[in-house]
Amino acid sequence: MTSQETKASNGSTIIIDTGCANLSSVRYAFERIGADVEVSDDIAKIKAATRVVLPGVGTAKAAMQALKDKALIDTICGLTQPVLGVCLGMQMLTKASQERGGLSYGNSYGNSYENTSQDCECLGLIDTNIERLDSKGLPLPHMGWNQISPSQHPLFAGVAEGSYVYFVHSYRAPLGDFTIAKSEYGEGFSAAIAKDNFMGVQFHPEKSAGVGATILKNFMRMTSDSFAKENAL
Amino acid sequence: MLAKRIVPCLDVRDGKVVKGVQFRNHEIVGDIVPLAARYALEGADELVFYDITASAHDRVVDKSWVSRVAEQIDIPFCVAGGIKSIEQAREKLAFGADKISINSPALSDPSLIDRLQDEFGRQCIVIGIDSYYDADTDSYKVKQFTGDEAATKDTQWYTQDWVEEVQKRGCGEIVLNVMNQDGVRQGYDIKQLAMVRAICDVPLIASGGAGTMAHFLEVFAQAGVDAALAASVFHKGIIDIQALKRYLRDNDIQMRL
Repeated sequence: MTSQETKASNGSTIIIDTGCANLSSVRYAFERIGADVEVSDDIAKIKAATRVVLPGVGTAKAAMQALKDKALIDTICGLTQPVLGVCLGMQMLTKASQERGGLSYGNSYGNSYENTSQDCECLGLIDTNIERLDSKGLPLPHMGWNQISPSQHPLFAGVAEGSYVYFVHSYRAPLGDFTIAKSEYGEGFSAAIAKDNFMGVQFHPEKSAGVGATILKNFMRMTSDSFAKENAL
Repeated sequence: MLAKRIVPCLDVRDGKVVKGVQFRNHEIVGDIVPLAARYALEGADELVFYDITASAHDRVVDKSWVSRVAEQIDIPFCVAGGIKSIEQAREKLAFGADKISINSPALSDPSLIDRLQDEFGRQCIVIGIDSYYDADTDSYKVKQFTGDEAATKDTQWYTQDWVEEVQKRGCGEIVLNVMNQDGVRQGYDIKQLAMVRAICDVPLIASGGAGTMAHFLEVFAQAGVDAALAASVFHKGIIDIQALKRYLRDNDIQMRL
């Protein structure tokens, strides 16, 4: 890690190039807070990074296929530095997603989530599954600014109870031990989840104005040591 | 609780923001990026950019400004105008648009909605519908190519049927623009919006007719829409976004402040 230590300020941050369409939004958000970030699918660069961002929009099926095609799955699972999954990137950190549809599925009979195919296997880094949000009749997708109840997790340092962040999704992680921020839309669900160095947010910090910027700044302060210290305590 | 959204709409023509009355006589109101940044700072929850000439003139939105907006503003935005293919949609999303809105091309080829949904997921597919009240038949109908008065034409679709159709095909949100009301600031068409709300399971954005803060309260409280879109009242400084959001919150509408 000596090459990291000689780098200016807080090291390198890689946004994994998942081939999905919204990579630039995430990059711009880090650049707005003055962070030095690079979009890459280079395995050596990802392994050497101080921290790693896993972005994503679209469907779990298509996104997991992209990671497979780029041979990135083992690389991501082996990372010990801070990893932040955003939206679908968060969902990919879990064991499996119920979300169907995507590239290889037709849609001739309406909603693709009614497809009868298998659940989509994900990275299995956080012990939960992604299921359809039970909005109790409220419109879906859950789209817009909703309030979160953050825990004491360092990702949410300085983020007040009831802060608004921007969500766009129809599937969610349930509440559990891994929940580091809660939200509610018809039912309570995980707005953010974490296990050791792997963290994920269901909402879009890159589109969540000042609150989102605070969360990204918190992430930029983390290094592998952040988690080593926590474990020691 | 999920907040109701206030959405300034910036109609774009030749790289400038314009606004007409009932879709006609467009006047320039300002440059795109400074206006977008100003609205974000003032508390807009989301922005919509329509290239109003694109569909009618068979050309697409000049893309350079999309990435400039994405670089500078930290709230979501939607880009509309002449998107007819997967590749054109991918380009807008790659430049940083959060959603793409399809209107006339979806009427010409409804299967475009299915294909976009399959490729990008329904969450970023918005369908814009230009609906008008036809007094002769006492019904609501859909118009196409409204960006250009000479090209505008009626379609075979009743508004209710088209709303059902686009949801079945996989859109993630609907913007219902009620043409009789647009730009004349007489209030949203509450009756029509409530009718569409009842058959709309995806988020619904009301558009057309906002003139006062009370109009916004009406459309949230009486039509139950998720968001209200307006242009001229914001561009001309008739309504201040912060003042509007405080007023709505004080009247028990959930707002992000």
